[in-house]
Amino acid sequence: MINYRPRIGVYICHCGINIAAVIDVKAVVEHASKLPGVVVARDYSYMCSDPGQGMVREDIEKEKLNRVVVASCSPRMHEPTFRNTLKDAGLNPYYLEMANIREQCSWVHEDPAIATEKAKKLVEAAVAKALLLEALEEKEVDVTPACLIIGAGIAGIQAALDIADAGFKVYLVEKNPSVGGHMAQLDKTFPTLDCSACILTPKMVDVANHPNIELMTYSQVESIEGYVGNFKATIRKKARYVDFDKCTGCGICAENCRLAGRIPSEFDEGIGYRSAIYIPFPQAVPAKYTIDPERCLQLTKGKCGKEGPACAAVCDAKAINFEQQDELVEIEIGTIIVATGYDIFDPTRKPEYGYAENPNVMTGLEFERLVSASGPTGGKIIVGRDRKGEGGFEPKKIGFIHCVGSRDKSVGNEYCSRVCCMYLAKQAHLIKDKLPDAEITVFYMDVRAFGKGFEEFYDRVRREGIRYIRGNPSEIYRKGDDHTLIIKVEDTLTGTPMEYEADLVVLGVGLEPRKDVREIINLFKLSQSTDGFFLEAHPKLRPVDTASDGIFLAGCCQGPKDIPDTVAQAKGAASSALIPMASGKVKVEAQISVVNKDECRGCGFCVEVCPYSAIELVEENRQGNIIKVASVNEALCKGCGSCAAACLSGAIQPKSFKDEQILPQIAVLGVKTE
Amino acid sequence: MSNDFEPNIIGFLCNWCSYAGADLAGTSRTHYLPNVKIIRVMCSGRVNPLFIVNALQQGADGVLISGCHPGDCHYLEGNYFARRRFVLMHKLLEHVGVDPRRVQMSWVSASEGAKFKDVVEKIVSDVKEAGPMDQFRRRQLNW
Repeated sequence: MINYRPRIGVYICHCGINIAAVIDVKAVVEHASKLPGVVVARDYSYMCSDPGQGMVREDIEKEKLNRVVVASCSPRMHEPTFRNTLKDAGLNPYYLEMANIREQCSWVHEDPAIATEKAKKLVEAAVAKALLLEALEEKEVDVTPACLIIGAGIAGIQAALDIADAGFKVYLVEKNPSVGGHMAQLDKTFPTLDCSACILTPKMVDVANHPNIELMTYSQVESIEGYVGNFKATIRKKARYVDFDKCTGCGICAENCRLAGRIPSEFDEGIGYRSAIYIPFPQAVPAKYTIDPERCLQLTKGKCGKEGPACAAVCDAKAINFEQQDELVEIEIGTIIVATGYDIFDPTRKPEYGYAENPNVMTGLEFERLVSASGPTGGKIIVGRDRKGEGGFEPKKIGFIHCVGSRDKSVGNEYCSRVCCMYLAKQAHLIKDKLPDAEITVFYMDVRAFGKGFEEFYDRVRREGIRYIRGNPSEIYRKGDDHTLIIKVEDTLTGTPMEYEADLVVLGVGLEPRKDVREIINLFKLSQSTDGFFLEAHPKLRPVDTASDGIFLAGCCQGPKDIPDTVAQAKGAASSALIPMASGKVKVEAQISVVNKDECRGCGFCVEVCPYSAIELVEENRQGNIIKVASVNEALCKGCGSCAAACLSGAIQPKSFKDEQILPQIAVLGVKTE
Repeated sequence: MSNDFEPNIIGFLCNWCSYAGADLAGTSRTHYLPNVKIIRVMCSGRVNPLFIVNALQQGADGVLISGCHPGDCHYLEGNYFARRRFVLMHKLLEHVGVDPRRVQMSWVSASEGAKFKDVVEKIVSDVKEAGPMDQFRRRQLNW
C-alpha cells in the first residue's frame, strides 16, 4: 500500500576498493538515478561509516525521502546498521532495502563490465521492491529471567556460575550422572601442569550449591519451543533407580553389587572397572549413586542372585527403588547456552595403528586415566593389567603419535584439533617424571605451540631428553609374541624410512563433534560448519551466537579448544545470554505474516503448514454470515512465509516478503541485459 | 545450441543457509558465473510455485531454489514443504513441455560457499544446454 508518492534515495557504497575496484560505481549511480521513484542517487567510500550514514540522514530530511536503498555488502551484515540510520532520521526502519553488490557481485565476479551490469540489475530490483515496502511496527516482549545450559563440562559450569552470580536462574542439564565433562578425566593440564581435578572440583561443588543454579544431572532436553525471551523446555530426568534425597553416597551398594569390578568404566575410558550401581568417579557431583539400566541384572533380567539385589539389601538409607520412572519436567527460560562438548576420534578408524588389537596402543584420554593418581592404577604407569588389576608391565620405550584423526582427509577431518600437540608434550613430560629411564619418542607432522606458554613448555619438554621425529607413522604392528610394537615411519626431515620399537604407543587422537550431534541440531535448529561442529553466527564478530536469537554456544561443541579458550568462550556466552535477561525486554520479529481477511477463504492450508502453530481459524461475522478466516498469533509467528506459499488466494503474506514485493524483483531480474 | 548463449537465471535463496552460503562464497572470493541473480527470501518454503512460472514468463531461462539441508531448516520444516512443492512443480513443468533442467533445487548450508559455486555452475551449464526459454514469454508486464 503506497500512502504517498515514493521518494527513494539510492546509495552505492565503494567499500574502499572492495566494490569500487570491480564495479563502476558511477555507472551504477547513473543507472539508479533514472529509475522510477528515485529522487537522489549517490555513492560514498564507506556507507556504513558515520559520514555515510549522515548523508542518508541528511537526504531523508532535505529531500523528504521515504524509502532508502543501500547497495553495499550483504544485508546479513549491515541491515541492522542502516535500519537504525532510518530510525534516527525519523523514518520507519522497514523502509530500507539493500542490494548485495559486494558478497554476491564484486567479490565473486572478475570482469568489471559483467559485474557492473549485474550490480545495476540488483540495484534496480531493490528499487522495484522498495517502491512497495511498508512501515512495520516493532514490538517488545518480556524476557523470562532464566537460562538453560546444556552440558556441564567446564564450559557449561563456567557459564552457569557467571549467570547465577549475576543474579539469574540457571538450569544446568547434564546427560551423565555427574558434572565435570572431559576436564574431570584429565590428570594435569598443559602448559602449567595444574592438576585438572584440583582446579575443576571446586567449581563442580559451586554449581551444586549455588542458590541460583538448579542442577539436573542424568537428564536430557526432550523438546524445546518458543523464541528468545520465552522458551519452554521439557527435560527428561532419567530414572536413577536410587532415591536422590535418601542416597548418602556411602558407596556400600557398589561394593556389594554382584557385577562389582566387571563393567568397563566410561569415566576411566575402559581401563578401569565399575559396578552396575555407581558414581562415575569419587569426586562426582552430585555424589549420588545411579544404577546402569543396561547392565544391572535386576533391571535387565528381572533377577539378581538368589536373595535378590544385594545393593538394596545393604542400603541402610533404603534409597534403592527399582520401580522408579523417568520424570518429565517443564521449565520456562529466556535464553539457552549449548555447551555439549566433543567426542574423541575413534582410532579404530585408522586400523593401521593397531589400536583394536593391541592393549598397549592407547588413546591420549586413556593415558590420562592411566597416569592420573585417581585412575585405576593409582597413577602408576602399568600397561596391560587384567580386570582384577593383576599382571601388566612397566613400559620402557614409549611412542607418541601426533594428529591421529586430525588434519587427515582420509578420515574426513581436515581441521587441526588444537590440543593434541600440547597434551602429548605434557604426557611425554609426565612419563619422564615418573619413569626417568624410559625412552620417549614423539612422531609429529608439525608442532603447533601457539598459546600462552606453549612454546616455552614444548622447549622444556625437548630439553628433558624427549626425542621429536618429524614423520607420520604408516603402520604400527606387534612383533613376535611379546608386547613389542614396531612403528614404521619415514623421518621426513632426512627422508629416511625407519622402524622404531616401543612397548607403549599413545595416539594423539583429535576432537570430533559428538556422535549424538544430530539430536542437538534437531532440538535447537543449529547449523554445522563443514567440520561438523556447530556454526557460529559470524566467524569473527559473533563467535558465541547462533543463527537463532537467544541461543548461544560455549566450548568445544563450536570447535576444538583448550581449557582457557573454552572458559573464555563460556564467559562470552554467559555475558551474551545476560544481555536480554538484564534488559528484561527483547524485540519480537516485525516481519511476520498478515492475513487479508477479505481474500481468505478459510481453507486452513496455512494452519497445516505453519511450523509454529501460529495460525488458527477464527469465526467472523460477515454481514450476518458466520465464516472462518485465518488469524496469525503475532507472538508465535516468525515470518518464514510457508503459509504464503501454501495459500491458494494469496490472502496470507509475510510482511516485507509479500508476493507484491517479490514479483517486481522477478520482473526486473527476468529481463535480460543486452 | 550456440555456446554464446548466456542464460539468465533467478535464484531464490533462504536467508539462513543458502544466502549465507552465497555470502561465504563472496567472503572467500570464490569466483563463479554471474548468470544467477539472487532474490532473498526468509525460507525456501516461502517460494510460491507461481514465482517459478512468473520468473520463466518474465524472461528468466532458469530458476534455482536453494535452502537449508533437510533437518536443518531455521523454521523447522519449511524446506520440506519447498521440496514437495518443487517435485510437483517439476512434474507439471515437464508435462507442459518445459525442460526440467531449467528449474533446480539444492541444499546449501551457511558453511558451503564452495558448494554454492558448484550449484551455480551446474544450473548454468544445464540451462545453457536447454537453450533460451521462450515457451512462456509474454509481453512485458508493468508492475
